Amino acid sequence: MPINRDYVGRTFAPAEPYEVSRTKIAEFATAIGEPSPLCHDPEAARQAGYPDVIAPPTFAIVIATTSSAQVIHDSGLGVNYSMVVHGEQAFEHARPLHAGDWVVARSTIEDIRDVGRHMMMTTRTDIITLDGEHVCTARGTLVERGA
Amino acid sequence: MLSYADAEPGTELEPKQYPATRLDLVKYAGASGDFNVIHWNERLARSVGLPDVIAHGMFTMAQAGRYVTELAGGDPAAVLEFSVRFSAMVVVPDDDKGAVIEVGGSVAGKLDGNRVAVNVTARSGGTKVLTRARAVVRLP
Repeated sequence: MPINRDYVGRTFAPAEPYEVSRTKIAEFATAIGEPSPLCHDPEAARQAGYPDVIAPPTFAIVIATTSSAQVIHDSGLGVNYSMVVHGEQAFEHARPLHAGDWVVARSTIEDIRDVGRHMMMTTRTDIITLDGEHVCTARGTLVERGA
Repeated sequence: MLSYADAEPGTELEPKQYPATRLDLVKYAGASGDFNVIHWNERLARSVGLPDVIAHGMFTMAQAGRYVTELAGGDPAAVLEFSVRFSAMVVVPDDDKGAVIEVGGSVAGKLDGNRVAVNVTARSGGTKVLTRARAVVRLP
């Protein structure tokens, strides 16, 4: 079953609010090998002018996934998850995510298209604080491999 | 590290190597919440036609992210925009060395506000694993 093109332009309900924590930033930074004290040491981050430790640039995927997962698993959209690979990913940061942020992620399907035997779907996920400040836009493209 | 004053379009940046071992993938799975079996279970990876366990695309992107962070003096907040296309798998064998991701780049253009556009390259096992990888970073 192909991916349902009627979903292009659809915005999904926002995900549950996500609290960015020092522990999660440190865990993520350690997992990717990022040694910057700005990710691990609150005092170093404050001396550099940040409210608390800041996240590496690709950390936003953790938050974006809280929203994009519901897109992929929407039964009416018809994505065959077992055939999906990650095609492209982009981030635009208005500012770094920092410990203490409370944010919500909200996804919109921007495009669904055929590429040869495959289908590609691009989803934009906006990450916004509970006060409405836009922090990051994550844009991911999935490729569903044709049989 | 690159300074804005020294950045000229075409400037080639020194490549760096980043390891990707099975342990790194297990740690990344836990930290990111991506527990897809193809990133840690060789039996199941082979059952879906893969040569072996492969790295998360986002792990590879994160290594390229470290590279551009380091370029900007170690400040992760300096990476304002970052986009990649995943063009090949990083195959991670079950040995002590794992795979190596070699990341390099060149200055694509100078922007205002101490920002530069950087074209990033990433290879593993002689294959380009990222294409169309581009970052906008704010330099000291």
